[in-house]
Amino acid sequence: MGTQVKDVIIKPDAPSTLLLDKHADYIAAYGSKKDDYEYTLSEYLRMSGIYWGLTVMDLMGQLPRMNRQEIIDFIKACQHECGGISASIGHDPHLLYTLSAVQILCLYDSVDALDVDKVVEYIKGLQQEDGSFAGDKWGEQDLLRSVLSQETFGKMDTINVDKAVEFVLSCMNFDGGFGCRPGSESHAGQIYCCSGFLSLTGQLHQVNADLLGWWLCERQLPSGGLNGRPEKLPDVCYSWWVLASLKIIGRIHWIDKAKLRSFILACQDEETGGFADRPGDMVDPFHTLFGVAGLSLLGDEQIKPVNPVLCMPEDVLQRINLQPDLLS
Amino acid sequence: NKYNTRFISTDKIPPVFLCFRDRKEWADLEPVPQDDGPNPVVKIAYSEKFSDVYDYFRALLKNDERSERAFALTSEAIELNAANYTVWHYRRVLLQALSKDLREEMRYITAIIEEQPKNYQVWHHRRMVVEWLNDPSEELEFIADILSQDAKNYHAWQHRQWVIQEYKLWDDELDFVENLLEEDVRNNSAWNQRHFVISHTSGFSDAMEREIQYCLYQIKKAPNNESAWNYLKGILQPLGLSAQPGLLERVLELKQTHCSPYLLAFLFDCYEDALENSKENVAEEEQQKTLKKALEICQLLAQEDTIRKEYWLFLGRSLKNKHGSSDPSDEPLADDPEPSVPVSEQQEMS
Repeated sequence: MGTQVKDVIIKPDAPSTLLLDKHADYIAAYGSKKDDYEYTLSEYLRMSGIYWGLTVMDLMGQLPRMNRQEIIDFIKACQHECGGISASIGHDPHLLYTLSAVQILCLYDSVDALDVDKVVEYIKGLQQEDGSFAGDKWGEQDLLRSVLSQETFGKMDTINVDKAVEFVLSCMNFDGGFGCRPGSESHAGQIYCCSGFLSLTGQLHQVNADLLGWWLCERQLPSGGLNGRPEKLPDVCYSWWVLASLKIIGRIHWIDKAKLRSFILACQDEETGGFADRPGDMVDPFHTLFGVAGLSLLGDEQIKPVNPVLCMPEDVLQRINLQPDLLS
Repeated sequence: NKYNTRFISTDKIPPVFLCFRDRKEWADLEPVPQDDGPNPVVKIAYSEKFSDVYDYFRALLKNDERSERAFALTSEAIELNAANYTVWHYRRVLLQALSKDLREEMRYITAIIEEQPKNYQVWHHRRMVVEWLNDPSEELEFIADILSQDAKNYHAWQHRQWVIQEYKLWDDELDFVENLLEEDVRNNSAWNQRHFVISHTSGFSDAMEREIQYCLYQIKKAPNNESAWNYLKGILQPLGLSAQPGLLERVLELKQTHCSPYLLAFLFDCYEDALENSKENVAEEEQQKTLKKALEICQLLAQEDTIRKEYWLFLGRSLKNKHGSSDPSDEPLADDPEPSVPVSEQQEMS
């Protein structure tokens, strides 16, 4: 008589070696297929899609295969008068895509392609009275990632950091985790954002690292994969959100690394390249980035070291002299 | 409404989508093709209908046209891609500018959420319209319906929490939560909601005994339930686990028949709390007995819950460092436990 644990079963013939070349080919070719409807539909998040693709290519040492100038020109065309950046041309600016654009330009060491002061002003304008940040000027509340952009520009003093910290801490729950808003259920994705935020603002001491670390390592299921909250299926992107959070709070050794690695590898598609959310599903660039980044955090030496706070190669951050705190 | 005409049909030819570029009433508008920038990143091929609709959407946006036909077109654009936040924003502008019937809009929103319950934009849109109407009367029932299809939908729960807090609709929520937990005692979202309701209404001091009983009752039904144990620990933590009279004994009793890694972890937490908050008159010997029991639990868990072996060893080491006596005859805590015993599955009470 077993307990009903919600989990997946990894088939014996699932991939067990890392197929980096296949993943590089997959990303390099993504978006160039003429009849790709999925690519069309995801236009509303194009900027983030580019960030995912470029970051994983850089982690694999394959960034030169992407077209740097075209991408920089694209980003320039997406900066609006207010300073904010949109997902694609003709879309409205939004905090999420502003962040992605800044991250891309860091990869290319070309942040000056933007009107930096305007971006800073845009982000500052999105901060609400309660300390949180709206995603766009019409108030759709969103994840607190503006801090990254401000930090990159060295302009943290333009936002009300204390209020923002207050807001984030108000999202801490009875189980040690964080939700999207005060009272919302603890969720690994949100925990990642909050841990990253507290790292960037030098406030990691406010986290109950043992309690949160316990909640996070409880995400690991018998298959080795990680879920995002209790009684949910494992998903390779949680290999990133959970793992990076554990790294930030200094408790990554509480995960069974070998089992997690074998789960992540099983999510590869041997034919097409790329990673899916779980073994056997369809691949996409989002899960490909987080699969590779997760493996990097686990210590795979074929992949460049990745920064757990910003999900960018460490060497990029060293170049711009940005080294967020981690707990030991 | 001629602007809603999407299909032409005759007796013999099946209905086809009539492109906007072929519709007489749209002839005055110059469609704006997709601009992928001076050097397009990639060549994109869109389906014909998609490009037609969005070409006309961009034209309307460019002219800031506020008309019925624009409003109708936003519906088409949303149907093709409900995640396009620019379209939703424009739709809101039109709802106001044209003084559209907001109740009809609510019906529209309901239909979209039913089809795409995890779409961020449509939930945000719903919240905006509820605010404009200042009428939450349909919300709890609607959200309950969405939750009946996916009891953990994060957007649904977030919207529910907003509605309840904003309009003070607390009265029946605890009953609602209990019904959900009857259906699925492992629903972590429902446990979270329980905490949300109680902390905003009665608070936990008077309710504590009732809540403990509730947890233990649910645990007996399903011992391996992370949510129930997290909740129990969460509500007791502020006062301290060892401050609750009789709790330890109840858990020890439960251990006989409904043991689980969670129960053992909870026991450990009780012992740890006792050590941290021991009264002046507790003898050193008593302390060391408690410590020993706690360390035994760590060893057991390191063997039973092997995937978290490092965590259990860490817990044991930390506790020993903090509260261990200076007695040299104490056995050191082994870093490598015995070869792991296969995890024995716990039997569920049916």
